[in-house]
Amino acid sequence: MDIRTTGGPPTAAEIAAVDAVLGPPESLWEGGTRVAADDHLARGGRAVRSKRDLLLPVLHGLQDEVGWISRGGLEYACRRLNVPPAEAYGVASFYDRFALDEQPGLSVAVCDDVACKCAGADDLCRELEARFGPAGSAREGAVWHRSPCLGLCDRAPAARVERTGPSGHHAEGRLAPASTDGVIALLGGGVWPVEGEAYSPPALRATSPRGGEEIKLLRRVGHVDPQSIDAYRAAGGFAALRRALELGPEAVIRELTDAKLLGRGGAAFLTGRKWDAVARAPVRPHHLVCNADESEPGTFKDRVLMEGDPFAIIEAMTIAAVATGCERGYLYVRTEYPLARHRIENAVRLAREHGYLGDDVAGSGLRFDIEVRRGAGAYICGEETALFNSIEGKRGEPRNKPPFPVQAGLFGKPTLVNNVETLVNVLDIVSEGGAAFAATGTPDSTGTRLFCLSGHVQRAGVYEVLMGTTLRALIDMAGGLREGRSLRAVLLGGAAGSFVTEAQLDVPLSFEGTRAIGATLGSGAVMVLDDSADLEGILLRIARFFRHESCGQCVPCRVGTKRQEEILNRLLVDRQTSNRDGDVALLADIAQAMRDASICGLGQTAASAIQSAVIQLKVLNV
Amino acid sequence: MSSPVFVGVPRRMLQVSIDGHDVQVMEGMTILDACGRLGIDTPTLCNLETLTPVNVCRVCVVEVEGSRVLVPACSRKVEPGMKIQTDSERVRHSRRLVLELLGSSVDMSLCAPEVHGWMSRYGAQPQRFGPGAATVAQPVKVDNDLYVRDYSRCILCYKCVEACGVDAQNTFAIGVAGRGFEAHISTEFTVGLPESACVYCGNCIGVCPTGALMFKSEHDMRQADTWDENKQHVTETVCPYCGVGCMLELHVQDNSIVKVTSPLDHSVTSGHLCVKGRFGFQFVQRRGSG
Repeated sequence: MDIRTTGGPPTAAEIAAVDAVLGPPESLWEGGTRVAADDHLARGGRAVRSKRDLLLPVLHGLQDEVGWISRGGLEYACRRLNVPPAEAYGVASFYDRFALDEQPGLSVAVCDDVACKCAGADDLCRELEARFGPAGSAREGAVWHRSPCLGLCDRAPAARVERTGPSGHHAEGRLAPASTDGVIALLGGGVWPVEGEAYSPPALRATSPRGGEEIKLLRRVGHVDPQSIDAYRAAGGFAALRRALELGPEAVIRELTDAKLLGRGGAAFLTGRKWDAVARAPVRPHHLVCNADESEPGTFKDRVLMEGDPFAIIEAMTIAAVATGCERGYLYVRTEYPLARHRIENAVRLAREHGYLGDDVAGSGLRFDIEVRRGAGAYICGEETALFNSIEGKRGEPRNKPPFPVQAGLFGKPTLVNNVETLVNVLDIVSEGGAAFAATGTPDSTGTRLFCLSGHVQRAGVYEVLMGTTLRALIDMAGGLREGRSLRAVLLGGAAGSFVTEAQLDVPLSFEGTRAIGATLGSGAVMVLDDSADLEGILLRIARFFRHESCGQCVPCRVGTKRQEEILNRLLVDRQTSNRDGDVALLADIAQAMRDASICGLGQTAASAIQSAVIQLKVLNV
Repeated sequence: MSSPVFVGVPRRMLQVSIDGHDVQVMEGMTILDACGRLGIDTPTLCNLETLTPVNVCRVCVVEVEGSRVLVPACSRKVEPGMKIQTDSERVRHSRRLVLELLGSSVDMSLCAPEVHGWMSRYGAQPQRFGPGAATVAQPVKVDNDLYVRDYSRCILCYKCVEACGVDAQNTFAIGVAGRGFEAHISTEFTVGLPESACVYCGNCIGVCPTGALMFKSEHDMRQADTWDENKQHVTETVCPYCGVGCMLELHVQDNSIVKVTSPLDHSVTSGHLCVKGRFGFQFVQRRGSG
């Protein structure tokens, strides 16, 4: 393909940032300087086009080191990867992380999503406006923005800071809980680093109503050094992989099927059936993807697992690869989780060095390796097919299904895609057998489940409980509400979930139990709201969230989320301009069309929480 | 002389039920094709027979028994025993809302008459979202002599991007940029077409269903209020420039060519042309200058 570049030459810093990812160009054909052979030897074609999936890593390189993506920089990346500039621009403009105009080198993202809102994020933002200036306006080389959920809801309110600069200078950090003074200090460049590699999550509580015996997924978190493969092995690590290699693929899948494990990412599909379908798919190669793009507001369990027990994820991915015949695995982690990413990258490197990954997995003769890919600030990329497109270097637009990932997924090949928590469950299933696993929890929802408690509870954190535990017991484990407060509602399942009332607190937390009351476990987010909660503000925030995160591909979601926000604003803010009954009916009409006609789960659930607030909490019946 | 002729894998006939009527359709057909066989008019906006289905407009959705959500007729292939409803309450509701959501945000006045027919069939009232509903209104982009881009009329059907890309031209001058309601068709960094990779084949105009992309000649005449399709006739001819044999339809008003198209079902062009066939007609009407 001929690439027309008219944006002027890239700067030395831009060339360095791109070359740091791709290596130096070999010839003029790839954007380098002319060498003698260029006159009679053409390069490009398939070999270059097959590197398209490196577009996001290259854009990250530019953003990290230069701080924004200029025309010259983008066009240089395009020449290196043989991607048309218009397409690369479409990709870069899709993701929140990539700036397409010059930005200050220091930026702070302040979360104002539901959990942080409950912890005073609105006051924090107001004070920042007064003391530093409005969100988005730069001052002395620094800028702050409002951000959707950063996955630090256990320590709300949260902020995230990033400093761009050439290799070695780029740094990311988090501040949680954040105060106005703390954020102002970050914006002044004063305190750095905010958190180091030694940082471990303090607010984690892994308990169950009947003592510690049910803690399985979290048992190593906070107890075993997440950076040491020896510590992991000493704690029983890689025993499940050895067992899986002894059992062989078919037996592993049988155990998984017997375990009746349901996916923990939100869709609750039978994991064994998925593995079986990929294992049997005649088309080769097969790919494995671990979905670690945990972006559902109020969800942070996968972060805790990745930060606290990264080797378990590597081991589980390897078992999955062995069982389904994958030679290549990708772990796609959201960019807002730098510590998790570093821990995982470290674990992959150590596992490779110790022979658990590579051309001879644990001496089995099988080949498998893992590549860590970084999201770029797009909630939609947690949707599995959008995630594939994102890995492939495209806009994170979901694909229509069928075909399903097990038939045609990443790079069009049969793909096994599982959530982090789902994968970690596999270890015990392989070690102890599927039947033992299936004996725990409820008959239809087996095993334990991680719940992310946040909002107005005494002790926010990740809790592991047996499936079927009641919501009331779970909230009690977290210390219940603050003194003198009463419950207003619980937002179960995140922004894509629904509100549950006080009267429904005895719902058993299982897939069938929540379904019976028209709710969903979703991603395991449990946001508790007491009578001090600004419920209307929360609904507006959810509407803004979906409007901002819609990919824009299909009409019901693209325009529907916009209209939903407009109408809700009319109903709750500019009250005079609203014809109340008409507007409530209009919201319901939009909700139905989004649920029925959207391409993916985002649009299909974009009205779920708001509709449940209208119906269950009667927020609009004033 | 005896080399084998590959005729493809034999395709079976499948039995499906559409609105209660059992029909036999060929394996591999879409629900839209099957509806067409039964004479059921299905609204479509982003679908075109010469382009890969992107199923983004969602106006063609139908109800399939056993499916939790509605499915797009344009891209979903028929399966044995499928039970399809094309006019259920849910289908009518979603089609109506899609048309209302588009109508409230985009200027659809130049869409084909059939689009307005669907609007009334499904009772779409775009104005019910209120006067404050955000739109994609913006100034017309006029940056070259051949065609204009009026993105106030763009419903984001992706057709122009497909035609510019692998479905026809392989030029990749435009793509979808931004996200959500701000998603839009754009060149890199919104540079003007002369600075972009555009080769002015005009195939994006050929596939645009809303008049967002338009010949400059048509745009100028509409501005001057002289555009009148009732006074136009179409002359079919073959492009004189090279030996490929592209069929041209010259749209002539007042004895001047005002627009050039090619039929979608023409085996040579599939409706697509190059810059010469599409825009190189001025020599025909240089009168009186020798």
